[in-house]
Amino acid sequence: MGWSRKHLLGLEDVGRDEITTILDTASKFREVLDRPVKKVPTFRGITVVNLFFEASTRTRMSFELAEKRLSADVMNFSASTSSLKKGETLRDTARNIEAMKVDMVVMRHPSPGAPHFLTNHIDASIINAGDGPHEHPTQALLDLFTMRENVGDLQGKRVTIVGDIVHSRVARSDIWGLVTMGATVTLCGPKTFMPAEVEAMGVTVSHDIREATADADIVNILRIQRERQEGCFLPSLREYTDLFGIDSDRLAAMRPDVLIMHPGPINRGVELAPDVADGPRSVILDQVTNGVAVRMAVLYLLSRVRASERVDEPEILAEVTI
Amino acid sequence: MKRMILRGGRVIDPASNTDATLDVLIADGAIAEIGSSIDAADATEIDVSGLVVAPGLVDIHVHLREPGREDEETIASGTHAAVHGGVTTVAAMPNTEPAIDDPSWVEYVRARGREATVHPIAAITMGREGKTLTGMAELEAAGAVAFSDDGCSVLSANVMRRALEYASMVGRPVIAHCEDPALVGHGVMHEGLASTRAGLRPIPAAAEEVMVARDIILAADTGARLHIAHVSTAGSVELVRRAKADGVPVTCETCPHYFSLTDDDVRSYDTSLRVNPPLRTSADVVAIMEGLADGTIDAIASDHAPHSLEEKQVEFDAAPPGMIGLETLLPVTLTHLVHSGAMTLPAALGLLTSGPARALDIPGGTLEVGVQADIVVFDPNTEWTVGADWFRSKSRNSPFVGRTLTGRVRMTISRGRIVFEEESHDEGCSGGGCGSGNAERDELAVNV
Repeated sequence: MGWSRKHLLGLEDVGRDEITTILDTASKFREVLDRPVKKVPTFRGITVVNLFFEASTRTRMSFELAEKRLSADVMNFSASTSSLKKGETLRDTARNIEAMKVDMVVMRHPSPGAPHFLTNHIDASIINAGDGPHEHPTQALLDLFTMRENVGDLQGKRVTIVGDIVHSRVARSDIWGLVTMGATVTLCGPKTFMPAEVEAMGVTVSHDIREATADADIVNILRIQRERQEGCFLPSLREYTDLFGIDSDRLAAMRPDVLIMHPGPINRGVELAPDVADGPRSVILDQVTNGVAVRMAVLYLLSRVRASERVDEPEILAEVTI
Repeated sequence: MKRMILRGGRVIDPASNTDATLDVLIADGAIAEIGSSIDAADATEIDVSGLVVAPGLVDIHVHLREPGREDEETIASGTHAAVHGGVTTVAAMPNTEPAIDDPSWVEYVRARGREATVHPIAAITMGREGKTLTGMAELEAAGAVAFSDDGCSVLSANVMRRALEYASMVGRPVIAHCEDPALVGHGVMHEGLASTRAGLRPIPAAAEEVMVARDIILAADTGARLHIAHVSTAGSVELVRRAKADGVPVTCETCPHYFSLTDDDVRSYDTSLRVNPPLRTSADVVAIMEGLADGTIDAIASDHAPHSLEEKQVEFDAAPPGMIGLETLLPVTLTHLVHSGAMTLPAALGLLTSGPARALDIPGGTLEVGVQADIVVFDPNTEWTVGADWFRSKSRNSPFVGRTLTGRVRMTISRGRIVFEEESHDEGCSGGGCGSGNAERDELAVNV
């Protein structure tokens, strides 16, 4: 098995074989999701807590569904960071939750490195479900899964990521995963949305949407946050749409078999026109479905490592077939 | 007071270009004689052969946290830590609670320096709010050696210009903390590839450099003495280099972490690495070393900034900026400047003694006959690993915990008294408990 990690904190240092193992495992779970009874007994007796310090709908629901379909016991913890500022520290919150004998923690937090910090203070396996603008590895894995499902091996495939790269954890995880899998990555967006020295991550930067998407096999479009005008990142959403928005005219200039992706939630009419989002080249809803399978795979692989660390306990997981 | 003689050490006094094997005779709290084979039969003999004898270090940028945050450091604990690091003179920053903007607080801080000499720095503006000037003349009369709103820049160029004019009348320098708050924003680390990878909010080098440039222009305009605190970027070094060439009355300091650590280290999210200005790139480290070597940078200061464990044991961007540094000032400098081959030992010591003393025009930093006997004795070659329990500071927020450094303080003499001595100097001694000398002993004959 090509997986030996206890935590999944990001894709930056995850290798090609490991990513392939996750995607292959996810394929098996993807079949489960099409069965009449969409549930396997793999996680019986395992407790997973979804520790969300930032608002999230789809990621939290996707994880919760993945956990339930593995038959895990699931707890949800949601807190705004402002309420935490009044008292308990992240470390104390996590240690208290762990004291309830939790096996795995799925964590969303606005501070980059927050899950890394927690690995030093609790024993549970930790899955990063987004840490500020840093990483969102399961989103990138579901993107890779969806891409592979549609275009096959990603080696040499041209992927263009459009939008607010500097604030995007999805972009960072996508870049690491795509570069590792051998894809050619172009970033497109205004200069103010490009992180410093991002080319050193192995990508090309363009500020011309037609040029950046003309030969792309895949165009992944990021959400534009409405509040970015305030930080002087954008003059207006209208100007962004004029320069970088994907509409049917721009789609028509792309390859006919181009794949249109978006991590959601979509700002319809801003970064993506409704007819393109709902059109035949869009795989946006497939991404959502695949997200559950990919998260089941990640939970499963991490739990096996965790079980193998505990030699005093019978290895119940290895014998369960999925 | 009994006389004491340090026998046979390598005496390095950068101020007088001394570097030779000599004896140092201490009497009545002062340096009585420096020479070869001094005959002093009545003096307590201390064999320091194989060790370096240098002026007690002068650290012109420390935060002692008293008044206000005595849980993190006090003037007593801070000076106790200072002498553990061979530092016998400190200049204490005024960003306490309340700020040091009143003569009574200046006297309070100055009087509480026990083992090391404490020179208070007073605020530039009342409450460090950047609005109205402090009573610089009465603060100077009470003992303030410089003025600074350290922790933040004086935002208004007009207030800064008036402060420079007024301080120059009082005859004391203004120390500028150069960071433009708008460019810093909510940033927590240097902007570059490392911040892009870490996803942490970035602070561009320009945030420091625009303020360095502004304050140099104001110093040129007013003719007032400006000292720039914690220079960290290649651009700032170049700005100061050009200003000095143009005859602007500017001095500057850097800190050990700006020539020993980089922004790439911050990718560990270790909150002991969060500091303002932030750790820069390896190219900046090279530029800082060049600035130190060519005299652009006048001093190395620790920017000792204690923070409690509770405050630092949080998410990286929630942690307060700052690291302790008084006790690692010398070994980090020796390791990264001297043993790396970037500078000679006497030149590096000049940046820790006479350089900072000159920058703030304060006594100390020399071994001249007749001056107060402030002396550090150290082994420049011992390798050791910094243990978390080794520190005397009340706080533990050092990025050097667990790192191996070369060079170790063996004895510190302040005002003619031994205020620190290492109990044992076994070569195997590393970190842990072997650094805790006996602080309060007076003129004891010990072989170090």
